[in-house]
Amino acid sequence: MEQGAARGRFRNSEAANGLALVSPTAIYAILLLAAPLAAVVLYSLMVDSKVGLSSGLTFDNYLKVWTGRIDQALMLRSLTVSSVVTLVTVLLAYPVAYFVSFHVKPERKSMWIFLITIPFWTSYLIRVFLWKVILGYNGVVNSGLMSLGIIDEPLTIINYSLGSMIMTLAHAYAAFAILPIFVSLEKIDRSLLEAGQDLGESKLMTFIRVTLPLSMPGVIAAVLIVFIPTIGDYVTPELIGGGKLPMIANRIEAIMLKQNDKALGSAIAVTAMLIVTVVSVVFLLLNRRFLKGQSK
Amino acid sequence: MRKNPSLRIYALAYLAFLYAPIVLLPIFAFNDSRVIAFPLQGFTTNWFAEMWADQTLFIAFRNSLTIAVSAAVFSTILGIFAARASTRYKFPGKPGILGLIMLPMVLPEMIVSMALLVVLIAVGVPLSLFTIILGHVLICTPFAVAILTSAFQSLDRSLEEAAYDLGETPASTFRLIILPLVMPGIISSLLISFTISLDEFIIAYFLGGNQTVLSVYIFGQFRFPAKVPAVMALGTILVCISIILLTIAEYFRRRGIAKSGGKDTGGFL
Repeated sequence: MEQGAARGRFRNSEAANGLALVSPTAIYAILLLAAPLAAVVLYSLMVDSKVGLSSGLTFDNYLKVWTGRIDQALMLRSLTVSSVVTLVTVLLAYPVAYFVSFHVKPERKSMWIFLITIPFWTSYLIRVFLWKVILGYNGVVNSGLMSLGIIDEPLTIINYSLGSMIMTLAHAYAAFAILPIFVSLEKIDRSLLEAGQDLGESKLMTFIRVTLPLSMPGVIAAVLIVFIPTIGDYVTPELIGGGKLPMIANRIEAIMLKQNDKALGSAIAVTAMLIVTVVSVVFLLLNRRFLKGQSK
Repeated sequence: MRKNPSLRIYALAYLAFLYAPIVLLPIFAFNDSRVIAFPLQGFTTNWFAEMWADQTLFIAFRNSLTIAVSAAVFSTILGIFAARASTRYKFPGKPGILGLIMLPMVLPEMIVSMALLVVLIAVGVPLSLFTIILGHVLICTPFAVAILTSAFQSLDRSLEEAAYDLGETPASTFRLIILPLVMPGIISSLLISFTISLDEFIIAYFLGGNQTVLSVYIFGQFRFPAKVPAVMALGTILVCISIILLTIAEYFRRRGIAKSGGKDTGGFL
């Protein structure tokens, strides 16, 4: 009994110590993140008029957002762009992560990862702008092709299009996709692959039946890491889309600041968060399924 | 395992794709033409001179430095608290609390900045460099926590126990044993947070009021086609600074791993 009580006291003191230690960071996050997010949810249920926010709660803003044609179109565009970007980025990144994990000597792996991450740490704004410079009407690609005599007139399909936005974003988030896949590939026990081949599987079948399923958690992490920031991207539609192809983030800014309708803007923001959450939950459930399948 | 040449070629092509836009920066920063296009027109350093002569750039740069240094210091301090708590202690509500702290990593920045903006306006806090720092600490802290957690995780608990047995107090143990061992993690957390803050645009744009910082200055320059070559010059310098900072961060990270006897698995994340 006495021992149990002592252990209980120790646990309590451990819990108290842990809570005390985490509290500065936790309080900061509660004050500057949880509270503002709660405020946005609250705002989204109010009505913003010239006299100020109403006190009654209503779902009118959500109805407006979910049935409004502009908002629907923008949400669809944001979803399309970020889904395509995610698909392209992850598909292109997988072989690179695979190469670094399986074909690069262990002592040179961190060099490769370092090389892959450098472009990602250089100014995001400038990288996006560089794509505008590259793909623009008088840009690097057009002027280069024209001075080489390959084309006579600038190509117009490459500027201010969804395609160039996807290209820019796929480039911007490349490193994000490679790292989690690389980490999950590194965790794979190499003897499993040998076992697969000893049991008569071909290299390709070993990859499909062993390597690919085992690296799925990394792929799913990569999907989420690319999808979430791209759906909320503001800079690329502004610079590459020339403001003509706005996405959700641009819409939130326009409603919140230009039209000064905080309630409606909040409703769009909450809707965007809901979309992100739903997609994340779906992928996390997929991940759980994969892990379960493995333990069977 | 047998070498696969096509995979290697693909990986190298991918690296080339990653670096292609950045390589253009110095090319056009030294190109003697206001238009960013081929063919190249000859060598000039005018754009660097033009960039250097712009007073607003220096104000913006000084503001950015103030913000980035403050954000790096505060988010690393907050990161140390959270990382130490999460690696050393069990406490109720741990997943929820840590989840909230890490949330900005998976939340679109526009939503973070609009939520903060709404509250700051409601509370009546005037927008300034200070409000940008508040926002940047929020988004840098998850990165600091991630880096520092791996630093604290690789600590050998028995070193700490040995210090207690030798009569050190928890505070002196932390100062004499733990802090030096996680110092490489702290330095790379400072550098990474500094880089993130310096590069961040959305929060700086919306929470800065009429104060200009570097990223907002660059965004403003994009509206004037004539200013583009000077931005290319500025970009060249920024890329050089980032590469230097990252190389230092990578050096300390590797030294940290070597110190704690771990194996290098590569990468910051």
